Amino acid sequence: MNDAVTWPALLLLGGLHGLNPAMGWLFAVALGLQQRAPKAVWRALLPIALGHALSILLVLLLVGLAGLVLDGQVLRWVGAGAILAFGAYKLLRPDAHPRWVGMKVGFRDLTLWSFLMSTAHGAGLMLLPLVLPPSGHADALHHAAHSGHLMPSTAPVWAGLGAVAVHTLGMFTVMASVALLVYHYVGLTILRQAWVNLDRVWAAALLAAGTATLLWR
Amino acid sequence: MSSRTFRPDPTFYPSPSMAQSAPRETLAYVVEIDATGRTPDALVVLDLDPSSPTYAQEVGRLDMPNLGDELHHFGWNACSAALCPTMPHPHVERRYLLVPGLRSSRLYIIDIKPDPRQPTIHKIIEPQELEAKTGYSRPHTVHCGPDAVYMNALGSPSGDGPGGIFVLDHTTFDIKGAWEKNRGPQHLSYDFWWHLGHDTMLTSEWGTPNMVEQGLNPEILLAGGYGHSLHVWNMRTREHVKTLDLGAEQQMVLELRPAHDPRQTYGFVGVVTSLADLSASVWLWHLDGTEWKIQKVIEVPAEPADPADLPPLLQGFGAVPPLITDINLSLDDQFLYVSCWGTGELRQYDVSNPFEPRLAGSVHLGGIVRRTGHPRSDEPLTGGPQMVEVSRDGQRVYVTNSLYASWDDQFYPAGIRGWAAKLDVQPGGGLTLDPDFLVDFGEKRAHQVRLQGGDASSDSFCYPNP
Repeated sequence: MNDAVTWPALLLLGGLHGLNPAMGWLFAVALGLQQRAPKAVWRALLPIALGHALSILLVLLLVGLAGLVLDGQVLRWVGAGAILAFGAYKLLRPDAHPRWVGMKVGFRDLTLWSFLMSTAHGAGLMLLPLVLPPSGHADALHHAAHSGHLMPSTAPVWAGLGAVAVHTLGMFTVMASVALLVYHYVGLTILRQAWVNLDRVWAAALLAAGTATLLWR
Repeated sequence: MSSRTFRPDPTFYPSPSMAQSAPRETLAYVVEIDATGRTPDALVVLDLDPSSPTYAQEVGRLDMPNLGDELHHFGWNACSAALCPTMPHPHVERRYLLVPGLRSSRLYIIDIKPDPRQPTIHKIIEPQELEAKTGYSRPHTVHCGPDAVYMNALGSPSGDGPGGIFVLDHTTFDIKGAWEKNRGPQHLSYDFWWHLGHDTMLTSEWGTPNMVEQGLNPEILLAGGYGHSLHVWNMRTREHVKTLDLGAEQQMVLELRPAHDPRQTYGFVGVVTSLADLSASVWLWHLDGTEWKIQKVIEVPAEPADPADLPPLLQGFGAVPPLITDINLSLDDQFLYVSCWGTGELRQYDVSNPFEPRLAGSVHLGGIVRRTGHPRSDEPLTGGPQMVEVSRDGQRVYVTNSLYASWDDQFYPAGIRGWAAKLDVQPGGGLTLDPDFLVDFGEKRAHQVRLQGGDASSDSFCYPNP
């Protein structure tokens, strides 16, 4: 976990998640417009980030628990299989996620919404190549052989929490920046002009994460 | 999978004010009905481009593969609501028209993309599937929502109530099931729409299929048995919140037009007739604090008439009722258009102050007694302005003249010859007839118009006007 790649990568992946309108900044902008108050944008960003963090934490906890019973190499195969399958699913059915028809939302609603959306989009899964223990030695950045040490059983809990914190920091920074830029300066026209199909980018990122889990380290 | 990658569907607009800047429509889709049931109903494509040599003419059509569907209201699979922030699907396309048969309960999914002038059938949902998955029949209104396509239905497969709403996936068109989790006292169904910014759904009331399919039943009418209430629902919990009863003398509470600006919490609903004096009316619902209220804001009186000029149903009254059968609200929420199908009049009201509408324009066409003609027609017009659709920029209004085959025959017993006409909106208010635009559907009947790329009653928005 302490190599020079993992932490920046966690931060950057957070940025990617924060960039996705479906993960929250757009909701924050809409609430700000609906209430005619920049404060409403800020009020929305915190619970959205919290929900995202909880979703990431859930995945790391599950991986940690799985690591208690699975061999490191098996865990890596299972993890990679899960991400690849989920990525393929999101590629075929980008619309598949919880339905949430609601604009009158409070802190709890937004936290839950963000948790559900992040989980349903596999946000936590995307981090697996970074947080799964290397196949060889813990500090190795090379393709090593098997029987590695599992992060959950060897690394302290703070490493997992640190991963969530760094990722969420990246997510929050990008999400807040985009939300405030759009709300104050850019305006809604941007939604018609520059909205890349992030469902496809997201699915591709999941597939890349799955591949990396198989091949990296 | 959608073919769009870098930009959302260009016909989607975040807010109603932005949609007003949409390019002018060049095609219209109209459902054409054969009331005799001898030939199939069709989806007809009209040319709306004034610079085209085929302006105001049929330039394409799709005949349905079945007889007797009675195509009625229809709508798009996706629209501006796909941009809503709760679960944006900006790259789904406004590509399919969902066209239900009100009599057959069959649902056609029609693809207009490869050639907008030659629509093709993408999928057919048979009534048995609709019944099995929802418990409903006689599908009626279609609205593209943020998460799915919403449709409603007048009743159950047996022809009784309750009617209600069901939901379809907006890309696969699989029916997901009935929408309501707790319908409370709601039983009758007609129209539905929503305030997306306030998680509120509204539904209106006509009658069950058994109450309407044989025509207007005078016994039910005089007993006040048709719908006279509006229902307020919580869109998130899908539960009935409140009934707004207009009073039993107000018969048939039909078309709902909420303000387009999602910050607003009011809207208009048209009432076909009053048992007290055959007047028709428009009511305003609004949120007062935390309480939904409703009040009458427009009343159009019946017009005295010689019984000899009236159909048997009305002879005893010696008056022709206006019969407000459709209304439509411009995207800027400024003008409300009101169809008086009985007297043959389209009225334009300035509703800048929704509590005090001001009559701003009026055009007469057809009418039971008046039978006002059109410059392009040698004969007086039959029927009257019925379904009304407004362009996104608010400058043009299109009307068709048929209501519902069995009801057409009661109010216009000499028969209805289908037509569509266009009206031009004057800056600041006022309506004039476009003397060059009259589409004659002959013995066939024309029901609803939808404009290519969207119109004033096809989209809903999650982002307020500036």
